[in-house]
Amino acid sequence: MLKHRVIPCLLLQNGGLVKTRRFSDPKYVGDPINAIRIFNDKEVDELMVLDIVASRENREPDYALIEQFAGECFMPLCYGGGVRTLEQAQRLFALGVEKVSVQTAALSDSSVITRIAQRFGRQAVVASVDVKRNWLGKAQLYGAAAAKTLSTPWIQHLKDMVSAGAGEVVVNAVNRDGEMSGMDLDLVAAASAAVSVPLIAAGGVGKLSDIRDAVAAGASAVAAGAFFVFHGPHRAVLITYPRYNELEALLSVQ
Amino acid sequence: MIIIVDYGMGNVGSIRNMLRACGAESTITASHEVIRSAAKLILPGVGAFDAGMQNLSERGLIEPLTEAAIHRKIPVLGICLGMQLMCRSSQEGKLPGLGWFDADVRHFDLPKDGPHKIPHMGWNTVTLNQATPLFEACEGEQRFYFVHSYHVADADPSQVAATSHHGYQFVAALRHGSIFGVQFHPEKSHRFGMGVMKRFVNYPC
Repeated sequence: MLKHRVIPCLLLQNGGLVKTRRFSDPKYVGDPINAIRIFNDKEVDELMVLDIVASRENREPDYALIEQFAGECFMPLCYGGGVRTLEQAQRLFALGVEKVSVQTAALSDSSVITRIAQRFGRQAVVASVDVKRNWLGKAQLYGAAAAKTLSTPWIQHLKDMVSAGAGEVVVNAVNRDGEMSGMDLDLVAAASAAVSVPLIAAGGVGKLSDIRDAVAAGASAVAAGAFFVFHGPHRAVLITYPRYNELEALLSVQ
Repeated sequence: MIIIVDYGMGNVGSIRNMLRACGAESTITASHEVIRSAAKLILPGVGAFDAGMQNLSERGLIEPLTEAAIHRKIPVLGICLGMQLMCRSSQEGKLPGLGWFDADVRHFDLPKDGPHKIPHMGWNTVTLNQATPLFEACEGEQRFYFVHSYHVADADPSQVAATSHHGYQFVAALRHGSIFGVQFHPEKSHRFGMGVMKRFVNYPC
């Protein structure tokens, strides 16, 4: 049986691993290569590494660092952060990256997704969509690089990304980021109903049952950051990942 | 020397990394000369069928690869699209495949809004159809990372090494003599993939 993927999501800022809360206040967590090595040893399903300043500061991906990451991974690696051209994607794939995640570039022009999908296949490009709820609880499309909500309805944008060629989507609940207090299951359900490609739900995992609930709500996979790098009420840095049979039992189809 | 065929498609670096972890050195190349003197070949592949066949053709690789696999009969391993290219044809494209396996390639026949998403993406288990050198009837479940929208179909049953399940049972691995193909990515499948790679490395030339 195909098992739902559980994906550690690591945030990069200037070569260091950081963790945010509600997309702000990044705190240094440690050396990314070391973290990736540990996750590889723990046989994680897949790994996502996102450079959270690349688009904001209009920088290139840190290819040398990414090459080191890829060298440590005997599982698929997805990289996102500043990817806006086919040439960048090509370079990343040549380094050993399995998939690229695109967000900022696609907000203004989805054709980069189409070009990457046409050249490398749909499964090589993930569309990353951040969604923030306003004070009334209304879910709005959010552009993380500019830190602005956008007027396009988020579900429409999600569908547009898939039409443009994304083989997978990741929907991140901005309000839940780093809080470890549960995922936005309504968001997950709405996203899952809107697209027929695999959906990675992200934002808010605080316990194993949160992962199961997101899958029950329609997610094909669940990504988590804080849950796998922090431990305890004081958020001490400790890299963990459940054993495969634990996840299998958690996610087994009823 | 194990040669990883470089035809512009596929995760050649990751394959070399895993081979190295298995204690085997390899060369990534598209050189006809090197292919003609290879002891073993790996044909990787990620992407579309026609793009794959076209890339092989443009680099003049079809002839040296066929010479190595069919005439010299050296061990060859096709990975993902690499295995699909070794079939007769694919629904995904118009060009003929290499035809080394008696099989075709079809799109997953699953309802669009059903429970099974396409591409088939993630970790799945395989069931051995027969004992073959790349898979040992080992202890416990074997799981691998799959990512594909098309799968091998209409295969000669004697060439089916293993199957997996996504909505229905489909071919996960083929074997015909010393030509092996796997739909999953061993280079992305931790110790399970390493096991397959190690057995390919140790398979006698």
